Amino acid sequence: MEALGPETWQAVALSLRVALVATLLSLPFGIGIAWLLARRDFPGRGVLNGLVHLPLILPPVVTGYLLLLLFGRQGPLGGLLHDLFGITLAFRWTGAALAAAIMAFPLMVRAIRLAFEAVDPRLEAAAATLGASAPRVFATVTLPLIAPGIVAGAILAFAKAMGEFGATITFVSNIPGETQTIPSAIYAFLQVPGGEGAALTLVAISVAIAMGALVASEWIGARIARRIRG
Amino acid sequence: MSLAVALRHRQGDFTLDVDFAAPEGVTVLYGRSGAGKSSVIGAVAGLVRPEAGRIAVGARTLFDSAAGTDVPVHRRRAGVVFQEPRLFPHLTVRENMLYARRVTGRRGAGALDEVTQLLGIGALLDRRPRTLSGGEASRVAIGRALLSEPEILLMDEPLAALDEARRAEILPYLERLRDHARMPILYVSHNLGEVARLATHLVVLEGGRVVRAGPPETLLADPSLVHLLGLREAGSVIAARVAAHAGDGVTELSISGGPLYLPRIEAEVGTALRVRILAQDVLLATKRPEGLSALNVLPVEVVSLRYGGGPGVTAQLRAGEDLLLARITRRSTDALGLREGMRCFAVLKSLAVAPTDVGGPG
Repeated sequence: MEALGPETWQAVALSLRVALVATLLSLPFGIGIAWLLARRDFPGRGVLNGLVHLPLILPPVVTGYLLLLLFGRQGPLGGLLHDLFGITLAFRWTGAALAAAIMAFPLMVRAIRLAFEAVDPRLEAAAATLGASAPRVFATVTLPLIAPGIVAGAILAFAKAMGEFGATITFVSNIPGETQTIPSAIYAFLQVPGGEGAALTLVAISVAIAMGALVASEWIGARIARRIRG
Repeated sequence: MSLAVALRHRQGDFTLDVDFAAPEGVTVLYGRSGAGKSSVIGAVAGLVRPEAGRIAVGARTLFDSAAGTDVPVHRRRAGVVFQEPRLFPHLTVRENMLYARRVTGRRGAGALDEVTQLLGIGALLDRRPRTLSGGEASRVAIGRALLSEPEILLMDEPLAALDEARRAEILPYLERLRDHARMPILYVSHNLGEVARLATHLVVLEGGRVVRAGPPETLLADPSLVHLLGLREAGSVIAARVAAHAGDGVTELSISGGPLYLPRIEAEVGTALRVRILAQDVLLATKRPEGLSALNVLPVEVVSLRYGGGPGVTAQLRAGEDLLLARITRRSTDALGLREGMRCFAVLKSLAVAPTDVGGPG
């Protein structure tokens, strides 16, 4: 291992930022869609379920290319975002966050959905008889009870987002300082002679971050579970 | 204020079609499992939507299919105590109790103290639901429903999941609740012991319909309902007052038909009680028996004899102003030459009356 160059640090900082933004911004959607899939019966439920899980099954490169087609400057959504809000995703770190969020979404939804399904609907009925409106029931009973599932889903998504490579490099390329995350940086270092040292350092950092996230999630999960079980 | 329920609801090939009123006090909805009792509770609470009907508390309509009224669950002001306590596991007992206040913003002054005292749960307030015994959790669930300041209380077999000892522990609290809360309490049960202890009004359901409704003293002493209530469970409820405690552990009660001697009852002299006497525990004799270990021999008059399809006969007896039931065989009826209007003696072993068969007056 050798001393870290500024490029390496940039990759680490960028990866953390991309993964954090991807996780936090997708969390509300993850909770909403998990709720729909767990609790509601509606036409198109199967299609929604399939769409959510698609990135898990598709080759990441395909997902990345589809994102490029949709969100590129000339793409239908990308053009719209650019014209209306001045937001550009392609070849920007924000695009990396989008790619990471989409790739991590199925894992997040799965964990939260399981948590929803584990909540006893009879408790929610009891809350309603005590005078709580549906949103109140959700905020005061359902949400606290699924908290461990949300934490688990968020950590899984964060870890997945940190490691996302295929869709990211296809959608936003591998630009140092802008879109070069830890995996793309490792890939880049391995392409040049003498880059193995830097690559190894990044590998070690990856392992450390992953372990840290795992330990943190275990700790938070245990704390919440203890609070819920009483 | 009174709760009026008229509804029709189909579930599979079972049709519920009931029409009854629940005045202030405890109205027990009695029926075997599958008689549709829980669906009635669900419909009144707003958790089950009936096909047709009308449900109203006093002048306030909760549901009216003809007018298209369907007040949402959280605005019905109907406190529900379910078969399971359904306490929120992530909240303490105190937070559970105050949940309704937290979500509705209503403030009942000092009500928490009053309710915890009524139910004897003051020491549990800082505990978590997981650490409570079944009986404690049931009481907390009742308290939580009471603190939502309901206009009616719906109780769906709240003791069904408890063993006999826990039931006996909670029944006195329910009696106190009945005597303190001035609101209609609809109480679903298929346990005649609970009916006898708690009911001030009784509605008997069978196959989704109301068979009979009226005061429990009358209905429980009605031989024509015995087959519905269960032969081994059938028995009448009579009002009594504690007259004296003897040194040998026997308590003397006075009932309209004479003294009644029972195993010691922990109540002060003068306390009004209701006592349930099972039909199968009563013997009949045409002459006053002598040399008998049973302490109670009451002069009675045979009001009616009801023959069933089997070997048994249900005799309705009048002791003073109270009605008693006795289950005897057809053979004995013939051998004694029993007929309506005849005077004879009802014999009851003291120890046949279980402590759980004695309760507050209601």
